[in-house]
Amino acid sequence: MSATKRFDLRYFIRAGLLAGIVPLYTSVIGMVEVFNKREVVKGMLTLGEMLVIFPSLVVGYLVALKWRREGKNPFLALVGALIAGFVASLPTVLLILVNDRIPLRDMFVNVNPALMEILLVGQEQMAQGAFILMSVLAVSGLLGAVVSFIPYRFRRPLVIALVVVILSGLLSEFIKQVLQQFIERGALKQIVQGKSLTTKAAAAIFVVTYLTTLFWDVKGQAIRTRYNAMPASRKKQAGRLWKTMFGIFLLILPWVLGPYLSEVIDNVGLYIIMGLGLNIAVGWAGLLDLGYVTNFAVGAYIAGVLTSTGPLGLGARLGTDPLGFWIIIPISILAAMFTGFVLALPVLRMRGDYLAIATLGFGEIIRLLALSDWLKPYIGGAQGILFIPKPELPALAEILNLADRAPALIEIAKGDSLLAGLMNLILYGQFSGPQELYYIIFVGALFVLFVATRLNNSRTGRQWMAMREDEDAASSVGINTTTAKVLAFTVSAASGGMAGAIFASKVGTIFPNSFNLLVSINVLSLIIIGGMGSIPGIVVGSLALIGLPELLREFAEFRLLLYGALLVVMMLVRPEGLWPSPVIRREMAADEEEPPPDMGEMQTSQPMRPLSEASD
Amino acid sequence: MKARLYRLNWVDVVLNALRIVIIVAVIVGAFNTITSGKYTTDQWISLVMSGLAQGSIYALIALGYTLVYGILLMINFAHGEVFMSGAYTAYFLAIYTAKKGWLDSHPFLTILSWMALAAVVSMVVAVLLERIAYRPLRGAPRLVPLITAIGASFFLQYTFKGFYGSAFRTYPEVPALKGTINIGGAEIPIVQIIVFIAAVVLMVGLYWVVEKSKRGKAMRAVSENKEVARLMGIDIDKVIVFTFVLGGALAGAAGVINGLYRPQGVNFFMGFFPGIKAFTAAVLGGIGNVPGAFLGGLLLGVIESLGPNLVLDGLGIPAANQLKDVIAFTMLVLVLIFRPQGILGERLAEKRA
Repeated sequence: MSATKRFDLRYFIRAGLLAGIVPLYTSVIGMVEVFNKREVVKGMLTLGEMLVIFPSLVVGYLVALKWRREGKNPFLALVGALIAGFVASLPTVLLILVNDRIPLRDMFVNVNPALMEILLVGQEQMAQGAFILMSVLAVSGLLGAVVSFIPYRFRRPLVIALVVVILSGLLSEFIKQVLQQFIERGALKQIVQGKSLTTKAAAAIFVVTYLTTLFWDVKGQAIRTRYNAMPASRKKQAGRLWKTMFGIFLLILPWVLGPYLSEVIDNVGLYIIMGLGLNIAVGWAGLLDLGYVTNFAVGAYIAGVLTSTGPLGLGARLGTDPLGFWIIIPISILAAMFTGFVLALPVLRMRGDYLAIATLGFGEIIRLLALSDWLKPYIGGAQGILFIPKPELPALAEILNLADRAPALIEIAKGDSLLAGLMNLILYGQFSGPQELYYIIFVGALFVLFVATRLNNSRTGRQWMAMREDEDAASSVGINTTTAKVLAFTVSAASGGMAGAIFASKVGTIFPNSFNLLVSINVLSLIIIGGMGSIPGIVVGSLALIGLPELLREFAEFRLLLYGALLVVMMLVRPEGLWPSPVIRREMAADEEEPPPDMGEMQTSQPMRPLSEASD
Repeated sequence: MKARLYRLNWVDVVLNALRIVIIVAVIVGAFNTITSGKYTTDQWISLVMSGLAQGSIYALIALGYTLVYGILLMINFAHGEVFMSGAYTAYFLAIYTAKKGWLDSHPFLTILSWMALAAVVSMVVAVLLERIAYRPLRGAPRLVPLITAIGASFFLQYTFKGFYGSAFRTYPEVPALKGTINIGGAEIPIVQIIVFIAAVVLMVGLYWVVEKSKRGKAMRAVSENKEVARLMGIDIDKVIVFTFVLGGALAGAAGVINGLYRPQGVNFFMGFFPGIKAFTAAVLGGIGNVPGAFLGGLLLGVIESLGPNLVLDGLGIPAANQLKDVIAFTMLVLVLIFRPQGILGERLAEKRA
């Protein structure tokens, strides 16, 4: 590395321009304006402002870090970061200037006066506003550089604490909902106001996180060694204690969270069920299935037709009672498995990308058929199926006549302790709302989780993985790839069917448009982002991709934009996912011939592999 | 004979049964429709012509898929969005020129300028896509670029939604393209003929570039064997960028043609289905094969246009036109099952399919 002492102005300008694309882009697509409505810290910082400021901060940090790593003058690093931060403001300033001359709004619908007001920091005079914007961004560049000078031990807790403050700021509305049940109103006002944290609370969270992280960094190693030194029996005990506590936590979770958050958790759970299923095909068997929604739709429609109390329900047609929820679950699973089996046959001979496109075709065919007038007499066409009842269990309280025998239990159900809701459910068996449905989804997810874990370690699981690595090699060592593929599709379809049936009964009405390609893309994205083939990865992926956007409704508009960007970035930077499975992690480590690219580098300059590899 | 029967795989049995069922359904449906005399010859002619016009748009998009697949062996899933980006951006120029009155005074030149803008925008999008999303992953396992392409596709869709909004926008009416011509007793809209001719001209131009120009020769060399091409002193990166440029330009031009032809207008989601259908067309003609993509596009357009009336109607399915897209997707699956090498493709080995 030639450590030239010369001040490389072009490098800083290039880095600054790259960073400057972010505020420009997010402004033009309307993100800044929408996000500006969400305050992270009351009266101090909105999410929209963060979008504009953060790129400068990050670029200042990165260029300073890189400059100093190369052993160059630290003072020049500060100057360079200042310049990079300043340059990062130029694209946005250019947008303001151009928009002043030619109104861009005729073309770019989001370049409107409201956006200009945000970018000009509320100043009347354009020159003044632009000057403030430029100086703020330049200073953030400098600030980023200053952060890079802090020793690593103190810098890491700083970054973590900042992230925690921002996250809790974003989620403050829900923190409020949860805390409401435990804290009185006056005290709550001190922490959360409206939809954002108070300055005091933000500072407190920052300090606490900072100190905790610092403490853990210093002492964590010692604690871990102490834990490892404990005798095995004690460790087992501790493990059991943790597991029991976690289990109890999961059991009372919906009552802690309240109805709205339970609804979110329910959706996350449904996607975990589907993700675990699709993971069998995509993650383990290496069959990229873009039509997973087919199984979901089959499950939901079977459940809808068989249980609906409306005119389309089987009950009304045959003059019998419609079937109940519990019997429907296995029927839906079997139906979905059958569909998976049938659809697997034609695609058996296809490989890789052809298979993906063909399954995508299936998914669309199913939706179009469900929408068509042809099948309308059976499944309702665009109007869908209505009146799908909620699941029910026999009411224990009446059967066992508990009112006389154990009035204490009835009292618990009536009270307002955390157990009341659960007790009520057990005694009367009504799965009427998201909080009760949580248990069904929870049990379903546990069941699928169990099956998936067992399959993962089974002979079949190994066959799938061998097939994923190399189909020809797998078949030459005696694996029947036809059977293995059909099995993968069939088993993978099962959990789609289960999720569909639960979904149908949860929402009560199903329409063809609930079963569009986006469901498949959602499930696929969460698998890939969580980590292909990794079971904990799917849980993490569902929480991040399904849970977060439902909590942050401002994100809803940009959800697919972010999914798309995430998929691309994940594949470029971290193809193994957030929580990779050990097998994939090992493979990725083996693949890496070169050391990972320097984080300080702005471009992702991965080593070019020989092109011949691309053609196999 | 007995030995062969014995070796017959059960999957083959199922697939052959499927083949027979489909052929019988098509024959019965077509026979019923034709004997019922529900449609006149004129109607058939106009269905075929509108199928050809729609098909030539598919064909132009399909060329982009075919060129990229021929060289990189990857499905550029985001190609439909490349098409959309040009069409959607050129809409603003179209509105502007129509307001200024240029469309009335110089219709041909004006439309050409729309196409040029659309081609440039699509080209830029395609090249950026290659540079940012595909190039770093060139050596990765095959599913990785496909996933990236799916991500890029959604990213582009919603980026353009953010840029231009989500409303459907209709291209201005071109007076010169109004009216009909009488062909064999059927009244054919002029715009269909113009669309078809424009597509043929572009196609011939592309064919010339690929077959005769030096760049085209390099492209063919790279698609034949990258290693050897590199040894011959061909800059592979440049060739790949050139391929994306060509595909993008054609997709942009197709976007404007689509805007002229289809009255329902342009929208950020307009590229998705044409993209998948164009892929079908590319596979139908034999992926990697330039004339094949054109042939496949036309064929798919005609099948899609005739299918509902000819076959589904005859089978007694109500509102068969709703199932137009089902026909296209079914075609896709059928081609992938029964003839993955397409009509004109012959050297497609196992490793490509």
